[in-house]
Amino acid sequence: MTTSTSLVYLIALPLAGAALLLLGGRRTNKWGHLLATALSASSFGVGLYELSQMVGRSEEARPVSQKLFEWINVGTFNVDAGLLLDQLSICFVLLITGVGTLIHIYSISYMSHDHDRRRFFAYLNLFIAAMLLLVLGDSYLSLYVGWEGVGLASYLLIGFWNHKPAYATASKKAFVMNRVGDMGLSFAIMIAFATMGTVSFAGVAEQVDNTSEAALTGMGIMLLIAAAGKSAQFPLQAWLGDAMAGPTPVSALIHAATMVTAGVYLITRSNFVFDAAPTAQLLVVIVGAITLMFGALIGTAKDDIKKALAASTMSQIGYMTLAAGLGPVGYAFAIMHLLTHGFFKAGMFLGAGSVMHGMNDEVNMRKYGALRKFMPITFVTFGLGYLAILGVPPFAGFYSKDMIIETAFNAGGVKGIILGSVTLLGAGITAFYMTRVMILTFTGTKRWDEDAHPHESPWLMWLPMAILAIGSVSSGYLLSRGDALEHWLHPLFDHHEEHEHHLLEPIVVSGLALTMVAIGVAIAFVKYSRQEVASIAPEDVSVFTKIARQDLMQDRFNEAVFMRPGQALTTTLVAADDAVVDGTVRGIGQVAMGSGSALRGVQNGFVRSYAALILVGAVALIAAIWVVVQ
Amino acid sequence: MLQLALEVGQTAKPEAVMFWILGPLAVVSSLAMLLVKKAVHSAILMAFVMVILAIFYIAQDAAFLGIVQVVVYTGAVMMLFLFILMLVGVDSSDSLTETIRGLRPIAITAAIGFGGLMVSLLGRASIGRDAVGLAQANVDGNVQGIAVLLFSTYVFAFEVVSALLITAAMGAMVLAHHQRTTVRPTQRQLSINRFRGESLGTAAGLPGPGVYARHNAVDVPALLPDGTPAPTSVNATLSARGDMLDYKKFDLSEVNTKVEEEK
Amino acid sequence: MDASNYLYISALLFTIGAVGVVVRRNAIVVFMCIELMLNAANLSFVTFSRINGDLDGQVMAFFTMVVAACEVVVGLAIIVTIYRSRRSASVDDASLLKR
Repeated sequence: MTTSTSLVYLIALPLAGAALLLLGGRRTNKWGHLLATALSASSFGVGLYELSQMVGRSEEARPVSQKLFEWINVGTFNVDAGLLLDQLSICFVLLITGVGTLIHIYSISYMSHDHDRRRFFAYLNLFIAAMLLLVLGDSYLSLYVGWEGVGLASYLLIGFWNHKPAYATASKKAFVMNRVGDMGLSFAIMIAFATMGTVSFAGVAEQVDNTSEAALTGMGIMLLIAAAGKSAQFPLQAWLGDAMAGPTPVSALIHAATMVTAGVYLITRSNFVFDAAPTAQLLVVIVGAITLMFGALIGTAKDDIKKALAASTMSQIGYMTLAAGLGPVGYAFAIMHLLTHGFFKAGMFLGAGSVMHGMNDEVNMRKYGALRKFMPITFVTFGLGYLAILGVPPFAGFYSKDMIIETAFNAGGVKGIILGSVTLLGAGITAFYMTRVMILTFTGTKRWDEDAHPHESPWLMWLPMAILAIGSVSSGYLLSRGDALEHWLHPLFDHHEEHEHHLLEPIVVSGLALTMVAIGVAIAFVKYSRQEVASIAPEDVSVFTKIARQDLMQDRFNEAVFMRPGQALTTTLVAADDAVVDGTVRGIGQVAMGSGSALRGVQNGFVRSYAALILVGAVALIAAIWVVVQ
Repeated sequence: MLQLALEVGQTAKPEAVMFWILGPLAVVSSLAMLLVKKAVHSAILMAFVMVILAIFYIAQDAAFLGIVQVVVYTGAVMMLFLFILMLVGVDSSDSLTETIRGLRPIAITAAIGFGGLMVSLLGRASIGRDAVGLAQANVDGNVQGIAVLLFSTYVFAFEVVSALLITAAMGAMVLAHHQRTTVRPTQRQLSINRFRGESLGTAAGLPGPGVYARHNAVDVPALLPDGTPAPTSVNATLSARGDMLDYKKFDLSEVNTKVEEEK
Repeated sequence: MDASNYLYISALLFTIGAVGVVVRRNAIVVFMCIELMLNAANLSFVTFSRINGDLDGQVMAFFTMVVAACEVVVGLAIIVTIYRSRRSASVDDASLLKR
């Protein structure tokens, strides 16, 4: 393991930016955003340097570590705070800093009218630093610090305009649901320490063979809960739609490209645990499959462009989770889809931001229409992203998504058939709702409000979109050419169980996928292009549409199952605290007062009652003597 | 019961007889002292109990103490009580209802408990089976015996107690002392009062007793120089009741005015 | 004749005196009951002196009598003083120490 001294700069640069901007206050308003962008870019530069160094080394020498300091030294529990940059982390580092810098540039223009812009950039830098710590940590505990950090940054950024109560509530909802997931990570760390005595990745990987499968399954399930919370997978997915309350760059960076992919990173990083606990792995696959369909179905009924894209993100991460749950064969494809998704989803979100910027921050797609003439660059970049997500060759999604579908079928047996069919169906529905978004926004007749005058965005905004569009086009090809990414990540995963049996030939899989896509596009085209699109959502729709509009009743379910009982519990506890605990305290006070009042009656001022007391006292004394004499 | 009576009756010594008569009597009297309404009756019963106790003392060879009991307690202390009762109100009586709640039951319970405990403790005590008796100690006489102890072993306590007596007497004087509420009249004021009265006839005051008296009984009036009875010489109650005797019976038939010369 | 019989009488008299102090309201009767208690103690002393065969008990009883006499003097003077100012001889009237 090579050691390095420059890893810490990856995190330290954006962290310093965040600190400087937050502590400097209004004085830094003039140049704060530029400094933040520069720091983010310099972090990207360090990442590129590390990559160049890593590529030149041999496979065993590629991972680089840096120990920062001795963190916890309690009895048998020793944890060092350290950083580990290996083939997996470098992908993430480049994605985070690269896409992050582009979004910094975009935000300079997008947030130019906001007088809290400096604070926004501070939080963005904080997020970048925390996410880098998450992917660079060399132990579960260091990862946890980054995990919490991105949760915090997400809360701060979703609720950035917290003068609107709905937005503040949305940020709270995101944070609280994340916390539920964080419990899973805590328990996983506890299980790791209890059964293996170590929490570093290397340590746990070594100890996996000595640990019982039950413990590993438990740890795996806990890690899955954590990933579900952070990545908005079923059952902790309800917060992602509401998280769109934050500014669009936030949605692009955090809830499309990076934070929501942290869950996939966690599962991939813990591959040794999941490979040894097949039950947990099966659960991962099931969660991925459910979320895939969940997100796709929600996306078909959403009129808010950002919420439609959020549902799409949920669905695509479901693909990644499903791939990660397929074992060593699937990890590389999960990461590949993650990287390509980062490009095209971030690009589409930035495009949506651009559309909103031109339409006075209107998000309802029913108020859009025929925008391609007025926003050509946005139309082109968004369109390239759209083609990528559909999986049309030679765009990025084609390579990554089709590999996932193929691996799903190759899992063998009933499981393979079911998973393969689900992924195929998901591809079709994805095509349907993404086409719906394109048609409603960019084509058709104008359905604008009176005061809308759409215009193209400034260059600071469309330049990042263009760069991301280039990524959407080319990244898939580059990553899969000659199985580049697969070979790059190969040493990390345990491949001794690989038995490549192909249920279906790759070409058949691609054909099936494209067929599904075509069907989806056609249905959308017929529905929305041929018929009039109402500018107000129609009420008399089928029950399925109604359910889909309600996010498949996820909020209703959460309220009924968790929130209301929770509220009832707290009300009961408060009442019990008041009645029982406070009641006891008050009761003690009243008993004291009551007995005091009772005793007070003795002091009635009459000499005779005092004399009687003396007599009683004398009797008591003699009784005592009597007892002693017995 | 019969056996006990026979035993007591057949082995009775005079002291036992005395005890078994006077003992219950003392107890009953003290109970009655508690229960009678009038305070004077309580005082009389108390005196009775004191006398019985004096008899007990004498029966137990404490002759000096018995006499002192009669003289001091019955004679002085109880009489003092009666005097004070006279001052306070002979007729004063307590009502039988108890004003403080629960006091009577507590008192009676405590008393029964106290009495019961004492009696049972005494019963267990191993003294008194063989009384030594004071024949030896009183060999020179009871008074001498007490004097020997009093002036040798207990002389210090004796001195202290006598100081206490003096203090008590002084204390009583101080407590009973009236403060004047009005200014003491001066000699001048007294003279003025005398001569500014209703008439000058009262200025010289009344003559002393016996100057005009005809007889030393209270119901015979004194005769003034003109032969009429003085109205103030007999108690108004008696004269109102008509108990005043006729003065004419005591009138002098002849007054001898001859002066005998001294030879 | 058992000398300890006198002790029983003494205990009974003492108890009766104690009850009297608590139950009666007239101050003078209360005082008399206190005297009764003192006398009961005196009886015990004399009995013990007879039992033990020396005169110490009688000397104690003598002193008790003297002190009781002093106490009666002062106590009655107090009662008279109180009666003069309050016109009442009931012990219940002096109840200012109540709560």
